[in-house]
Order: sequence, then structure tokens, then C-alpha cells
Amino acid sequence: MKATVTIKNISEKFYDDIVDISQDKTNRGVVTIKRGIITDVAEYLYKSEGYRFIIATAIHTRKGFEIYYHFSFDAEGLILSLHVILNMENPRIESLSNMFSASNWIEREMHELFGIDFLHHPNQEKLLSEGNWAEGVYPYRKEFK
Amino acid sequence: MSRKTLIPIGPYHPLQEEPELFKLYCDGEIVKDIKWETGYNHRGIEKLSESKTYDQVFFLVERICGICSTSHPFAFANAVEEIVGIEVTDRAKYIRSIIGELERIHSHLLWVGLAGHFLGYNTVFMWAWKYREPILDLFEMITGNRNSYAMFKVGGVRRDIENSRIAAIRGVMADVRKKTDLLAGAVMDDPVIHARTKGVGVLTRQDVIDYAAVGPTARASGVAIDVRKDDPYAAYPLVNWKVITAEGGDVFAKAEVRLLEMYESASIIEQCLDGLEKTKEGDINIKVNEIPEGIGTGRAEAPRGEVFHFVASDGSNSPARHKIRAPSYVNIATFKKSCIGQTIADATITLAAVDPCYCCTERMAAAYDISSGRKILNANELIDLSLRRTAQLRKSGAGHE
Repeated sequence: MKATVTIKNISEKFYDDIVDISQDKTNRGVVTIKRGIITDVAEYLYKSEGYRFIIATAIHTRKGFEIYYHFSFDAEGLILSLHVILNMENPRIESLSNMFSASNWIEREMHELFGIDFLHHPNQEKLLSEGNWAEGVYPYRKEFK
Repeated sequence: MSRKTLIPIGPYHPLQEEPELFKLYCDGEIVKDIKWETGYNHRGIEKLSESKTYDQVFFLVERICGICSTSHPFAFANAVEEIVGIEVTDRAKYIRSIIGELERIHSHLLWVGLAGHFLGYNTVFMWAWKYREPILDLFEMITGNRNSYAMFKVGGVRRDIENSRIAAIRGVMADVRKKTDLLAGAVMDDPVIHARTKGVGVLTRQDVIDYAAVGPTARASGVAIDVRKDDPYAAYPLVNWKVITAEGGDVFAKAEVRLLEMYESASIIEQCLDGLEKTKEGDINIKVNEIPEGIGTGRAEAPRGEVFHFVASDGSNSPARHKIRAPSYVNIATFKKSCIGQTIADATITLAAVDPCYCCTERMAAAYDISSGRKILNANELIDLSLRRTAQLRKSGAGHE
């Protein structure tokens, strides 16, 4: 199956930077990676393997800011998610928007809602609330006690 | 240095009757650049979802969009059922697919009508909306509602389709085929529609891949992606049908894909009705006691393309995080490619060709300042912001920039 093959290839290519791998079903997989290699792994999926970027999900948890980058391999109905964990104080990660335009809006949205910085983003302005919202207030952040 | 004229479409779309703002930067008649402003429709659905129980979330996501109101519950059910690890009964699968396909037919008819209206071809508009009516009546008969059908739940569907009603649905499907023949004839053979839509707003295969466009927008550019086929769910693997594609990538190709898809939808519904006749009435539910910890991804092919829901469960009775990606979110972004270089008149139909759904696209909320816990915006403040914004728009509005 494609998922198993792709996950195996990723784990061989990026051995040192893989944190965790989980595959519950044959057509769903999550690979947790260190944030430094996000563009390399995404480039491998998009350019070499023909994956399509669906969307990214950011979550604010006690561990920090987690992002799942969901990729789809349509020929086999497969969803592979790249999972990164960013630190709480200074969440930032390299932007993917220079590789494909599909991530442009969602990175702007995550920047706006969570305050995550996407480095080298072509145009990291607000997507949803331009001119209508307070600066430095990130509505999707949670308050942990 | 050349000066560009700003032509605003919105903040309230004159035709689609939804709030958005397209800014067309034009040099004479030609669109040179386009920007999109959104955020008028925020209802904070992703955030709200975290405060609802799994049962309530279905009603919430159903209200993301009025036209494709079943595709969001569909994808959410797929996501949650992935976490639980269950498969619903065959009868529930058939009913889910029937609802999904009826919705596709009425949504495509709505679009064909609007597209005709955009082009100044109001006969198509009136025909299409008239033929859409019997579908809505069917919905009322099956679910009790013309829209927002409240049919989905974790583990099955809320209402059965009684076998005594199958004949009536078959009757409407036969009628839909005849009416689609008529509409397809009117659209595909009309020289004026050809002149207005062929070669207009072309999206190449590479653009589709770059922007990750989905649904009829992608299929009209020859990219044969369809979640119903690729990642089969509900009854789609149990029936025979084919993915419709076209090669042109222009507005005409998008219309062609949608019209031909209506025949496929009618065929899927008829086969699902055969399936209903073979299964036992009332066998539509599996009891689910609790949602375990885990993450689930659910997809459904809405009339506009792939709907994607990501649900993270912490084992409690409401989602810890619920991410929703509607198809218009990726499709609207392709305007950067399809509109630039068009005339203003062609840009309006190009903007409509992806069947954009603004209320699907945007969801956000904020109520409390994190540090002080103070409510930072109440209703009056929001109204005030909105009034200020309108005044600001009126001031800058149309004119030279």
C-alpha cells in the first residue's frame, strides 16, 4: 500500500528528524517530524510522490502549538498528515506557500488565529479580519491553568 | 506609470446575495489584479464546535452552508466514525448517499440557473430554479425540511426512507433526467453561451495542482479527483457510476461537468433505491456509547468539491479540535489565475464558475481577552465596527487607487 511505502521512504530519508510514526488504518497515517524539515518532507510528498495538500490544522495544547499538514494521495484515497509541535513562547515554522499556493490562505489564517509565524511567507497579512480586529489577540489560543 | 481603476464587487454580492468583496484592479476593460476580502460571515463554527456535544455538532455544521447543508454532517460523521471505528448499516449507507446526491442535483441546478442569470440568460435561470423545486419537495417528504435536513448522526441516520415512498422518488428522478436533457440542450447548443463561456476563465491542469482545487473546478480541467471514488464512503462503492471530467478548464467545461454529473447523481439515487428495497426497513442505526480518544479525518464530496473535517477527540463528549475545510476555500483562491487578463464582464462569470460559497469558507470567533479575561467585543461593539467599516468602504469605494 502507498501509505506504508511512503512512510517507509520518509523514515529512511529523514531518519534523524522523525519523532513518531502512527498508522491506524491502511489509508491513514500520521508522521511526527521535527519542524526544521517540514519543507523537505512536504516537497518530497508534493513533487516526488504526487500528493495533494488538503489543508493544515493548528491546535493549541499543553505541549505547545501543534500543526497537522494533511496531504492526500487521491489515486488510493490516502490521507497522510505531517505533524509538528512548535514551542509555546515563539511558535514559528517555515512557510510552504513558496512551493504551492494551496497553503497560502491557511497559513495566513493560522497566523491570524493562533499567532504562529510562517517564515518567508509571500504575504502574511490577515485573511479574515483585515482592519476589523485587535492586533496581538489570537482568538483560537487557549488559556491553560 | 499606469493607473489602475478599482472595481469593487461587494461587500454584498449583487447576484449571489452573500457578503464578500472582490476588488478588481482594471486597466481599461482588462482585469490586471484581483484581491479578495472576506470575514463578513464569521460565526465561529470551529470554536463553537468545541463547546457542543458530538450530537449537537451535526446541527451546527449543517448550518455552515445552506445549499450543501448535508455535506458537512456527512464529512463529520465520516471523521467521528473513523475515531470510533464503526461502519454503519447498508440501509443507512444508501440513505446517506441518496441525501448527498439529491443535494448535488439541487445545488447544480441552482448554479446553472445563477450562471444563466450572470450571462443575462434569464430563461435558463427560471427553468433551472423551477426544476429544482421538486427536489426540495422530495427533501421535505423524506426529511421534513426543504433544507438543513438533520438526517445524520454518529452510527447512522435519524430517519428512515420508507419503502412506500420509493416510487415517488423514482418518479421525480425520471422527471429530473428529462429536465436535465432540456437544460443541457439549451446550454450546450446555444451559440451565445458558447461565445460567452468558451475559453473564458481558463484554469490549467497545473493551476489546479498548484492551488489544490477540488470538485467540478478540478474535474473541468481534466483532473479526475472525486472523493466518492478515491476514498469511498457510504454507498458509493456499492453502486456503478463514473467520474465526469472535461478538458477545457473554462467556464463552459465547468458547466458541462455539472450538467453531466446530474445524470450520474440520478443514476446513483436509483441504484440506492434498489438497495433500499433489498434491506430491512428501520435498520438504520448502530448504537455508539462513547467517542474514544484519537484523531479522525473525514471527507465527503460536496457539490462544490471535497469537504474535509479533522476531529481530535480527548475522550470527552465534545471535540477537542474540529477543523473544517470547505471546497470553496481552495477554489476561490484560483481566481488569481482564472480572472487576470479577462474583461470585467467575463470576470464576473469566472468568479461565479467555481460556485463559490462564502459562508462555507470562513469561520472564526473571539470573545475574551486571554490575559485579562475581559470580553473584548460585544454585539454593540461589533455593530459599531461594522458601521465604521461600511463608512470606510464608502469613502474609499470605487475610484482610482
